[in-house]
Amino acid sequence: MDWTAIALSVRLAALVSAILLVVGLPIAYWLTFSSSRWRFVCESIVALPLVLPPTVLGFYVLLALGSRSPIGRAWTALTGRGLAFSFEALVIASILYSLPFAVQPIAAAFAQIDRTLLEASATLGAGRLQTFARVVMPLSIEGLLAGVVLTFAHTIGEFGVVLMVGGNLPGVTRTVSISIYDDVQSFDFASAHETALLLLVVSFAALAVVYGLMRKPWAVAPLS
Amino acid sequence: MTLAVRARKRLSRHFSLDVAFDVDSGVTIVFGESGSGKTTVLRCVAGLTEPDDGRIAIGDRVLYDAAGGVAVAPAERRVGFVFQHLALFPHLTASRNIAYGLSRLSGEERQARTSAIAASFHIAHLLDRRPAEISGGERQRVGLARALVTDPAILLLDEPLSALDRATQSRIIADLREWNDAHRIPILYVTHSQREAFALGERVLLLREGAIVGDGSPDAVLEAPSHEGVARLAGFENLLDAEVVDRRPDSGVMVARLAGTDVELETPLASAAAGARVRIAVRAGDILVAAERPRGLSARNIIAGRIAALTRQGPTVRLHVDVGGVPIEAHVTPASSELLGLHPSTDVWLVIKTHSCHPVSAV
Repeated sequence: MDWTAIALSVRLAALVSAILLVVGLPIAYWLTFSSSRWRFVCESIVALPLVLPPTVLGFYVLLALGSRSPIGRAWTALTGRGLAFSFEALVIASILYSLPFAVQPIAAAFAQIDRTLLEASATLGAGRLQTFARVVMPLSIEGLLAGVVLTFAHTIGEFGVVLMVGGNLPGVTRTVSISIYDDVQSFDFASAHETALLLLVVSFAALAVVYGLMRKPWAVAPLS
Repeated sequence: MTLAVRARKRLSRHFSLDVAFDVDSGVTIVFGESGSGKTTVLRCVAGLTEPDDGRIAIGDRVLYDAAGGVAVAPAERRVGFVFQHLALFPHLTASRNIAYGLSRLSGEERQARTSAIAASFHIAHLLDRRPAEISGGERQRVGLARALVTDPAILLLDEPLSALDRATQSRIIADLREWNDAHRIPILYVTHSQREAFALGERVLLLREGAIVGDGSPDAVLEAPSHEGVARLAGFENLLDAEVVDRRPDSGVMVARLAGTDVELETPLASAAAGARVRIAVRAGDILVAAERPRGLSARNIIAGRIAALTRQGPTVRLHVDVGGVPIEAHVTPASSELLGLHPSTDVWLVIKTHSCHPVSAV
């Protein structure tokens, strides 16, 4: 088994999950509670990675991070290294690619919250931030967990985007799925089998956690 | 302290709210059918709905002023709001729900105030439970305590007792009255229950299609209804079509003939002219039933009829009496029903005092 690739994938997925939790919260909040007429545009952009071929996304990210792009040049000026085909590039691409997997469960959890609870909070003197921290967050904790777990699992398993943006550098950009692909290419089926099975089990466990959490232990019984 | 409200709000193509009223300390009932705009009035005062125009102030503290561009955020208004479905926070215990609005106080003071209000609303024993773990009446008390513990400048209650049984309602009303006597702030209490209106209200604002059409004591507004819709709401079981046949201003009465019959009813004088069609509202409980034609009574209306149907409902026997083709409902107790030997097709006399007949305009 390619432990270097597994360690790399876990590091990547953990980092992306953490960043997307922070980035996804305000996006999900805005998508749920904004009355802007342009909300549908934002919704569409967030959902785009669900339907876009990974190669297309990877291609555009590669262009955006390449040595001729402003971002790529700024990165090189700052760090002395190229951004494309680096671990950092993988992180950026994965954030974009996994965005809907973080935002959608969180937004769905926000949408389930009874709006009068937010109004009640306001009449009790709580501002928006306080209401968010004391009512919205605790009541959507399952959605937040679901978002993190799905992001993690999805990032672990991505292939196309990684190949486009990161290439195949052992210890830097060679993730689990690419390692499996390499094994198969070199007819090392036994090794491919081991890694593939591990990925399967991890994915199943992640989904089991998500669906196991999809219940509300403190649901209010109807007024009798 | 006076709450002064002037608000206009267009809610749909067919419905606009347009109200102006001042209320002083004490309970003011906002009464009306569903869809009459009662809740919208409360939401405008609390800042949850922004009016299109108007001005809302508590004393000299302006909460909203369209002309001056003032719209204080709900969190800054110091308005207590008890929602129809309570909106208790499901993830918090009763004590944390109550203490929710006290986050600016020290932990010690928060604790003290929570305990005090819990004691006065008789919920001290369930402070550690979540809303899902307590009964409807208890939730209601938690909702009231949560709004009142913040020491609001005014209190808004949106049909807070409608989901409860009568015994629980009465007990909570007693607690609320006590609190009101001690604190004397303006309280707007939305309901469509006349029982609650009479039990709590010092004044009733009657709302109809977004406008205030009645303002006065519960007696004046609800006991002598001027509109048919109000009469139905206020629990008048009988709304009888009639035609004014005679007016006697000297004795303050008029005579109306029930449509399709030659039965005449004497009613208090109303503005309707002779020949005009009116409706007469009569409570079923205001009608006396006699098995024989009574004599020597002061009541002016003694009319013959025949029982068409008779149903018992708890402590009330509902008689459906056929009076020349017009159905009239009268209520008696099971004991009187038995004593009089009332059965379907028994002939009876209905006795109705002049002042139990309320002519209403059929709006």
